[in-house]
Amino acid sequence: MGLDSALTIAQPELLLAAAALGLLVVGAYSGRLAMTLVSWGAMLALGAAAVLAANGPLGQAFKGAFVSDGASVFAKVIIYAASGVAIFLGERWLVRAGNAKFEYPVLVLLAALGMGMMVSAGDLISLYIGIELQSLALYVLCAFQRDDARASEAGLKYFVLGALSSGLLLYGASLIYGFAGSTRFADIAGAVHGPASMGIVFGLVFLICGLAFKVSAAPFHMWTPDVYEGAPTPVTALLSAAPKVAAMVLFARVLAQAFPHDVPQWSQVVTAIALISVTVGALGGLVQKNLKRLLAYSSIANIGYALLGLASGSEAGLQAMLMFMVLYVIDVTGFFACLLALSRGGKPMETLPSLAGLVRLRPGLAIAITILSLSVLGLPPLSGFWAKFYVFKAAVSTPGMEPAAVYGLVMSVAAAFYYLRIIKTMWFDAPEGETDAPPLDARLVALGCAAFSFPLVIPALAVLDPLALAAAKAFGLA
Amino acid sequence: MSHILSLTTFAPIIGVLAILLVRLVAGRNGEEAAGRASLWVALATTLATFALSVLMLANFDARATGFQFTEDMPWFSVIHYAMGVDGISVLFVLLTTFLMPICILASWSSIKTRLVEYLIAFLVLETLMIGVFTSLDLVLFYVFFEFGLIPMFLIIGVWGGKNRVYAAYKFFLYTLLGSVLMLAAILAMSMIAHTTSIPALMQFHFAPELQIIFFLAFFASFAVKMPMWPVHTWLPDAHVEAPTAGSVILAGVLLKMGGYGFLRFSLPMFPQAATYFTPMIFALSAIAIVYTSLVAFRQTDMKKLIAYSSVAHMGFVTMGIFSGTLQGVQGAVFQMLSHGVISGALFLCVGVIYDRMHTREIAFYGGLADKMPWYAATFLLFTMGNVGLPGTSGFVGEILTMTGVYGSPSTAGTWTAFVSASGVILSAVYALTLYKRVMYGNLTNPKLADILDLDTREVAIFAPLIVSALALGVYPHLVFSFTDASVASLVTVWRSAVGG
Repeated sequence: MGLDSALTIAQPELLLAAAALGLLVVGAYSGRLAMTLVSWGAMLALGAAAVLAANGPLGQAFKGAFVSDGASVFAKVIIYAASGVAIFLGERWLVRAGNAKFEYPVLVLLAALGMGMMVSAGDLISLYIGIELQSLALYVLCAFQRDDARASEAGLKYFVLGALSSGLLLYGASLIYGFAGSTRFADIAGAVHGPASMGIVFGLVFLICGLAFKVSAAPFHMWTPDVYEGAPTPVTALLSAAPKVAAMVLFARVLAQAFPHDVPQWSQVVTAIALISVTVGALGGLVQKNLKRLLAYSSIANIGYALLGLASGSEAGLQAMLMFMVLYVIDVTGFFACLLALSRGGKPMETLPSLAGLVRLRPGLAIAITILSLSVLGLPPLSGFWAKFYVFKAAVSTPGMEPAAVYGLVMSVAAAFYYLRIIKTMWFDAPEGETDAPPLDARLVALGCAAFSFPLVIPALAVLDPLALAAAKAFGLA
Repeated sequence: MSHILSLTTFAPIIGVLAILLVRLVAGRNGEEAAGRASLWVALATTLATFALSVLMLANFDARATGFQFTEDMPWFSVIHYAMGVDGISVLFVLLTTFLMPICILASWSSIKTRLVEYLIAFLVLETLMIGVFTSLDLVLFYVFFEFGLIPMFLIIGVWGGKNRVYAAYKFFLYTLLGSVLMLAAILAMSMIAHTTSIPALMQFHFAPELQIIFFLAFFASFAVKMPMWPVHTWLPDAHVEAPTAGSVILAGVLLKMGGYGFLRFSLPMFPQAATYFTPMIFALSAIAIVYTSLVAFRQTDMKKLIAYSSVAHMGFVTMGIFSGTLQGVQGAVFQMLSHGVISGALFLCVGVIYDRMHTREIAFYGGLADKMPWYAATFLLFTMGNVGLPGTSGFVGEILTMTGVYGSPSTAGTWTAFVSASGVILSAVYALTLYKRVMYGNLTNPKLADILDLDTREVAIFAPLIVSALALGVYPHLVFSFTDASVASLVTVWRSAVGG
């Protein structure tokens, strides 16, 4: 394969890289307009990249190190859209916070580029490059409010623990390379016939640990609540959405394409991580008063459900994981948009008690939060239910996974308690005082996501179902 | 006629949209006015829905055994939007649409705050309840079944009594836990049978050992909903805290979903397991009848007393359903419909004096018969219905379920019938004691001196309930003419499946 066709396959990434560098220059020369100009330029670039990804050629480039297939296209469209929304939410927010630095959209763009690399990685090296590019951009974004001690703490914590997990991942990768003799997924799969050697299994476990950190699955979740709480809310909105999709798709690709013969081995590990995450997420959230921390635990639990789909190790399981991620990302983006829209006396309303009686003060946003909470809780016919529906359907149909599925369902009832508490606070308690007028951008995103969650999801399912199935086929598991 | 089921199911949503429009027109300061106007909109909507369901009943072919007015449209994956009713579900639809206008009337002056939201919650709930009885797809059924929790959660939590938050949580989490187990079974069934269509699943034969698991999973959901002893403890709390109309719907319709579930899913889809578990169900029913009757007797709160009596009456329903005889199942269906009318009416009776005095303490009252003769007569009629006096609808269900269970092929039937018969006496004990303490004796509490008898609105609420309680009691064929064919085929299929 020649360089030309390799470059066409990597079109979206090249576009994003060029846009990020170009916008940096534009920003440096455009003075006061910089923030607006660069932000909209970045959103435009992300939109164009999404269109390119959706219409671009499929295939392998750079000797299989970079793959463009159904799964990567599916994931890229979501990732670029979620990153675009994060820029849209962040731009006005930073202006209001008096920190309108145009590096924000550029960093998001670089993170999106990294995520695109991650979902297209066909080699342990490109996997690592993707992860690092994404992570480094996100570390900086977490500490973007550099005068805020909590944001700096969040950035530092994320960086130190992220570096540790990258170390684990690299150690695993080196073991795999040592025992399989190649870094390409396809070659690793070819080298491992029959029962995998001890070295490969060791490497695999380290690799899984590193990836579990990136998706914030328990027991590698400790950074999540602190980082979610400390990071600027638009960044938290980004953190909880696009990187999770990228890491989950990467997770699925490594396991399905490099270790297709060891499904029972990795399925065990992933099931264990999934069940621990579901438990930690459900129980940890019960005692949280800060909404961003609560959502952090909620995301740990939800990643657990997505991992349960992956653990099924079947095409249906991967379809379930992809469906889950799409629907979940929309819910969680809406949730953070609601938090961005709410403030009282100029201070964000981030604690649970501050939502008291919200339905009397801001009925639109309160109903949006209600819909989104119920959706994440998993109540039909909201989108979150269908997400869980796919996952549990896949889990129930995998021999030996039935108890895990039932356990996950029971834990979803435990988690229901804290989502109900949000609803209870908004609907049953008396309001505490007027809120500020919500900004239009956050309100638009919040209401849009809630409207997708219900009722738009009803027709959307019929569209998403075949798309996710086609994407899942690309992983090549039966 | 081809879309009458969808129309009936979603008609209340049209009302919701109309109310939203009214609220929008009324503007920021027009909440009060919008509330009053919305009451009329809600009443008109529920009456129209009732008219639609009557129209449906009029066109229903009572001799056919299959589903009628069916609609089918693919949705995604194997899931369809499928609707249809048979002789059993058509009556539950009617019960729902019949009770709704009464609920709206009962809320006319008792709900003072956030009336618009209240009415929206009720209308949404109506759609969901009708949907439960009309859906012919397992997943669609689950959607309606489960989403009903939300409006009820809000109705209890926002418009309920002092301890409403606790009651709302308990109601929600209890029911949700039961339902998620059912969801697991639904998913497994859809994987095995490659369909979620209810009629297709009725024809499908699951392996007996799978049936046991699926039965237990469905049982977890329906037993909580019913509610059966010992998972009934959410019900008294929910009833006590809910506003009057909420209690009416809870007792009148939501509890019936459990019984309907047993009839629609547990018996036809898992016949072997149903036979296997019959003795257990009989035992739980007998315990429920005796134990909760005794508990009811010791209550000091009127609503709690009626709530426990509901649990006892549901005991008759569960044992009738699993009797495996024509009388038993007929009786169970009849008992559910009759209980929907009678216990709904009893909660409304409590609501009448609660609206006036704002307490449900039995000890607060006494000697009301002098001051409120019409009210006393109404209350007496429904008390007698609750006891199961011949001539009221309560009698028919009890006698049929007991004879049905007595004739059950299960050897436990005789004893269960024997024990449950004592429940009839116990129900007379607590119901008549309640009546005596509230109505008879001297009017000793000075606060009651100026209490007023039923007004026109309240008469309008009770009149249809009185008529139906008596009509069903005197001429039960009104019900049986619809259910005969469906129940007969249900029982025959079950008996032939287990070779009995």
